[in-house]
Amino acid sequence: MKRTLKTLAIAVLAVGLAASTANAQVLFWSNQAVPVEETQKMREQVLKAFPGGVDFQPQEPGPFITRIQAETEAGTGAIGVVGGLYGDLANFADSWVDLSDIDLSGVNASPAFMELGKFGTSEQKFLPWMQANYVMAANKQALQYLPEGADINDLTYDQVIAWTKNLAEQTGSPKFGFPAGPKGLKHRFFQGFLLPAFTGSEVTKFRSAEAEQAWGKFKELWQYTNPASTNYDFMQEPLLTGDVWVAFDHIARLSEAFNQKPDDFVAFPAPSGPKGRAFMPVLAGIAVPKSAPDVAKSKELIKYMMQPEQQVATLLATNFFPTTDAALPAELPASARALGPAVQAMTSSPNALPALLPVGLGDKAGQFNQVYIDAFERIVLANQDVRQVLDQQAETLRQLMVTTGAPCWLPDAPSEGPCPVE
Amino acid sequence: MNSKTLPYLLLAPATIFLVVFFLWPFLQIAWLAFTTDGGFTMQHFQTMASNWKFWPTFWNTIILAAIVVPLQLVMALAMAQVVAKLKSTRNTILYIFTIPLGLSDLAAGIIWLAIFEQSGFLNSMLVGLGIVEKPILFLGYQNLWVIFIAVILAELWRATAIVMVILVSGMGLIPKEYYEAAEVFGAGPWKRFVKVTLPMLKPSMQTALILRTIAAFEVFAVVVALGGTTLPVLVGETFNWQFALNDRNVAAAFALVILVISIAATLVFLRVLRTPKGATL
Amino acid sequence: MSGTVATADRPRAVSDIGAAGKFLFWAGVVLLCAWVLVPIYLLAVNTLSSPQEVTAFPKTGVPSFDMGSIQFFLSFEGVLKALWNSVLVAVLTMILSIAIGAPAGYALSRFEFPGKATFRMLVLMTRAFPLPLLALPIAVMFIRVGLDDTPIGLALVHTTLAIPFAVLITFSIFSGIPLELEEAAWTLGCNRLQAFQRVVLPLVLPGITASAIFAFTISWNEVFAASVLTVQNRTLTAFLLQSLSVSPLHLRFAGGAALVIPALIFIFAVRKYMFAMWGIANR
Repeated sequence: MKRTLKTLAIAVLAVGLAASTANAQVLFWSNQAVPVEETQKMREQVLKAFPGGVDFQPQEPGPFITRIQAETEAGTGAIGVVGGLYGDLANFADSWVDLSDIDLSGVNASPAFMELGKFGTSEQKFLPWMQANYVMAANKQALQYLPEGADINDLTYDQVIAWTKNLAEQTGSPKFGFPAGPKGLKHRFFQGFLLPAFTGSEVTKFRSAEAEQAWGKFKELWQYTNPASTNYDFMQEPLLTGDVWVAFDHIARLSEAFNQKPDDFVAFPAPSGPKGRAFMPVLAGIAVPKSAPDVAKSKELIKYMMQPEQQVATLLATNFFPTTDAALPAELPASARALGPAVQAMTSSPNALPALLPVGLGDKAGQFNQVYIDAFERIVLANQDVRQVLDQQAETLRQLMVTTGAPCWLPDAPSEGPCPVE
Repeated sequence: MNSKTLPYLLLAPATIFLVVFFLWPFLQIAWLAFTTDGGFTMQHFQTMASNWKFWPTFWNTIILAAIVVPLQLVMALAMAQVVAKLKSTRNTILYIFTIPLGLSDLAAGIIWLAIFEQSGFLNSMLVGLGIVEKPILFLGYQNLWVIFIAVILAELWRATAIVMVILVSGMGLIPKEYYEAAEVFGAGPWKRFVKVTLPMLKPSMQTALILRTIAAFEVFAVVVALGGTTLPVLVGETFNWQFALNDRNVAAAFALVILVISIAATLVFLRVLRTPKGATL
Repeated sequence: MSGTVATADRPRAVSDIGAAGKFLFWAGVVLLCAWVLVPIYLLAVNTLSSPQEVTAFPKTGVPSFDMGSIQFFLSFEGVLKALWNSVLVAVLTMILSIAIGAPAGYALSRFEFPGKATFRMLVLMTRAFPLPLLALPIAVMFIRVGLDDTPIGLALVHTTLAIPFAVLITFSIFSGIPLELEEAAWTLGCNRLQAFQRVVLPLVLPGITASAIFAFTISWNEVFAASVLTVQNRTLTAFLLQSLSVSPLHLRFAGGAALVIPALIFIFAVRKYMFAMWGIANR
């Protein structure tokens, strides 16, 4: 017994010490398409045809960031291509290889997104990989409680509040849901939807009277919100279980509800406020780190991802829409069929007010988001005085702007020097 | 072998290991908490402590540990006693008690969320038995104490086996003669437990409590699963500063706070549960 | 030490404590077992349910044995390789942590020497600092040294996590084994090592088993370092576990169950060693 144990131990040690075989595949390091089904589809439908093969490894934020930092610091690494959201890539703007020399003939990528891909420099730091947006979804049972004369594709915040009030009172429990969980994308709601709809600005009017009004409206809405919302990261589950009948979330996080029960739900644009129907798109990009083992191969993969077939396949895999003018097929899954038109209606509505993703914040983007998250947690959850919180958070925001020197971006008017917080 | 150098020889592999794989990276990170661009500063600790969430986070962590660990000790002692008294069914029951060890805390969080959430098993049972009409919202952010209790239950379920295994491995060495002698002197089962078992288990209890308390200060996955954003704990905030806010210095400061309270708790246990050298027979 | 005892003074064994006591005892056992097993059962229920059942309310508690979720994971490309890597790393961790930790535990219990308290503190500090923060300097070190993406590299990090358990548990067990036993062996002609092997080692087997269980489960369930330090030779947790928390509900349970089962098998295999020498302490 002892001898077999000993030989077994030595054998295991030997196997463990054996060097791993070199792999010709490109390592695609991503924090998108993390849900297992999306990963499976990425590997089997989108990336399978790439010559030489792709090792697609999706990550949670922690390991995602740590590995990139480690390879940057060590100077060499295994990662070939990095895929992440705009804000994630902005963190490492200096680490990306210039992609201007990739041949994009035959592909028409959105100029606005290509511009964002430069991070304010002259180099193309990343190419726009895919885009998404945030909309609202409702269980069809909730439609009967809409207030008189309300058009679901053209709601105002007041109408939404009246609607959810009806729901709460007549069904006996609050039925509005909001992704206030730790992985929820609540900060984008406040930055790109709520505040611009009332103030017309993302940064400058942070502590204005209109902003106070906006937070007041949200506090009202919160009364009719399911309190378990602080646990919700993805609204598709509470919608499916019926805990929530009306929700706001990222389209990729609503898709499962539409795919499993397509006849039970409708999607519609976010509501409008006094200053318009504000919305903020989601942009994911692909970049090549300077520490990549084979930069030429990585660039090939990037070019491959931009082609129309791959853009469409990506849509089918992740529910993120193409950033190019790739033609969409007639046969789309139920989620794309429901969510696409809602996004379209929102972005092309007469009072549409696009709010851009923060530009020029570099690695302080996370702290920028935290200003809005803290404002939400303090005003809505902890019930602190709105004026006080806004003043304190505005101070943090002001310092952030001065430290990064970032000029204003849409919907704020352009500024000379750092974006002021009035 | 020389009796003087032998202990150092025996310790050498472990020491080298820990120095290379822990101490050296640790010093690099701890360095971050006290410096900005190479210059010494307490700025990061100030940022950390003046954050509006810091004190609730700190106390949440301490209170959770203070409630969970003693409960786990009592429960683990009970389980260990039970296992000690069994004969033919011992292996099976012992195995059942140690099943939660195999689960990661992420999986435990998923299971207990499935129990407590609004459409979860507990509500299904309550509604099915007619005890309540509509599902109760256990995990709403307004009932912080309910979330607390849910987290405590989940942690009790998940981690008591750790304490139990350590105690069980120490129980086998308590000589039967001690119990027999105690019985001869008329001690009942409770007295035998208190006067024989507990003192002989002191080294194991010390180890179990130290390791368990340190782990309790680092509770994370279960709290996030059940409490979402409403129950901040130290490790959660550490990760937030490190990954979301990209501020490695303040994250290092938080980690040092965890280290300091862990050391404090360890020193308390080392003192309180000390076994004098000559006291083992 | 144990002379003959008159039968009239024979101490009462457990079986004599009376029916009521026995009932309470067994009720307690059943209660504790139920406490442990019910959540596991619920995990199994949700694993074997269809997606619709997992989101349904009220839940019946009886699975429909829908194998869809399990099939998804079995056909997930790379699962078997990741499983193998996890096993390899966990076994390496076990071997290394005991080989390194047990001698240290012995030294701590038998000898008094300067530096003892410092060493103990160092060992404990290892557990008191969040690993994800250390992952960055370790990853940089590994990339530079060439240990990046190797099972042995990850096993070294996991061993660092498991050593405190190995050291402290063996220390507490060794502390309970009287030195007289070893001394007796010395007087009978054994040298120090032989005395250790023949007399002490069998007694400390429960402690080694406990340390082995901890080393295995710690390594098996560790996610962060595995995700950062392995890219092509991923362990199962790096491969699956982190994706689970954002995956649809029904897959989360199946994935969690798949991760738990090998660990449960391992504990099952070693369970009797936790109590191997029960009663042997009779001298």
